[in-house]
Amino acid sequence: MLALLVVTVIAAVRSTDLFAAAILFGIYSFLTAILFMDLDAVDVAFTEAAVGAGVSTVLLLSTLRLTGRYEQRHKHSPALPLVVVGLTGAALVYGMTDAPDFGDPEAPAHTHVAKRYIEDGPRETGVPNMVTGVLASYRGYDTLGEVFVVFTAGLAVMMLLGTRVRGGRSSGREAIGDLLVLRVVGKVLIAFVMLFGLYVQFHGDYGAGGGFQAGVIFATALIVYDLVFGEADARRVMPHIWTERLIAIGILIYLGVGVAGMLLGGPFLDYSKLATDPVKGEHLGILLVEFGIGVAVFGAVMSIFNAFSGLRLPSEGGRDDV
Amino acid sequence: MYDYLVSVFLMMGALYVVIAHGNLVKKVIGLGMFSTAVFILYITIGKVEGGTAPILEEGVTVYSNPLPHVLILTAIVVGVATTAVGLSLAVRIKAAYGTVEEDEITEMNLQAEEAGQDGTEDES
Repeated sequence: MLALLVVTVIAAVRSTDLFAAAILFGIYSFLTAILFMDLDAVDVAFTEAAVGAGVSTVLLLSTLRLTGRYEQRHKHSPALPLVVVGLTGAALVYGMTDAPDFGDPEAPAHTHVAKRYIEDGPRETGVPNMVTGVLASYRGYDTLGEVFVVFTAGLAVMMLLGTRVRGGRSSGREAIGDLLVLRVVGKVLIAFVMLFGLYVQFHGDYGAGGGFQAGVIFATALIVYDLVFGEADARRVMPHIWTERLIAIGILIYLGVGVAGMLLGGPFLDYSKLATDPVKGEHLGILLVEFGIGVAVFGAVMSIFNAFSGLRLPSEGGRDDV
Repeated sequence: MYDYLVSVFLMMGALYVVIAHGNLVKKVIGLGMFSTAVFILYITIGKVEGGTAPILEEGVTVYSNPLPHVLILTAIVVGVATTAVGLSLAVRIKAAYGTVEEDEITEMNLQAEEAGQDGTEDES
């Protein structure tokens, strides 16, 4: 597995065809996701597969459509960068001689706060999936901050690329082609992907999953719909203005849960007051917060995708074929 | 130990892309690969020998560390959002300069400076 990763990176470094590099990046992400499964990080594997192999690749390809497929051979010699890279790598390897052995249960990372999360987490939050519990409850502030980063990034992309298709209400980009196979397979597939997204969203407290993954998976379903059936149809299902609003709505749900806890007499983002039983309250709070995260991430990913796919090259007169 | 070494190698390969390649989109791909290599390092640290996924289950006492998982999970989503910002900057640069190659952009900036005009800022 690791050897495959190494091969992928070397191939990506060497290729001057950016299309190939983008696809290699997708493969690299997918291999990483499998590696994460192997290392017990099911939630992370989930996210990496949906984000790295799915959304990133789509974004990279839409960028390449606008910036060109091939890169130039660089003229200066690669000696200096190689020296820098070699020195940095040597320093890192030297630092690693002090690192604890792989899988050592006594490593410092496992003996500090993580112990409490594992021993008390499920009991205190009522959520068997510790990753979800830590994410939404113990580190609720962190996660709120991260959702804000996603929100800001979505805003930045929209400001840089613009939110509307230029030249008034055009019918939008057309579908990949009128292929019956794509339409039939797409229709069946999208329904299952969305169902799966909902399952991941609302089952994230018992199994692997949660708001971040669900938001991305749901967005992937709509992106596939957009690619197969064309932008005009996709916009009827999910108007652009709503994808933008959803980012804010998601954050407001998150903040609202925090403020609700405050109004009921607890500190900000303390869910234990949300129900008569503190553990039930925690569980409810985590569910609601995860829902907020899911909505915000879905909105952000969709808006970013729309911003990229809505752009026209100056040379193309309003219409383009992907 | 092998895991750590591979993740360092992946990081360095990606760092080479970021430093040595002039194409801005390629640089963004390099950054993405670099951050994924860092994720691998973190998740490797979180693994506990004989442990299982950190989801409560009857009869299981050893779990892998959930904390790195939480950190990396959010980092991945934040990573794709920031990557999108980087890519959209590249798109704007392409619109303004007509290229995403670093050498050509520097050259055009130098020429504009010599000509004494401030024409590089406007978006065509």
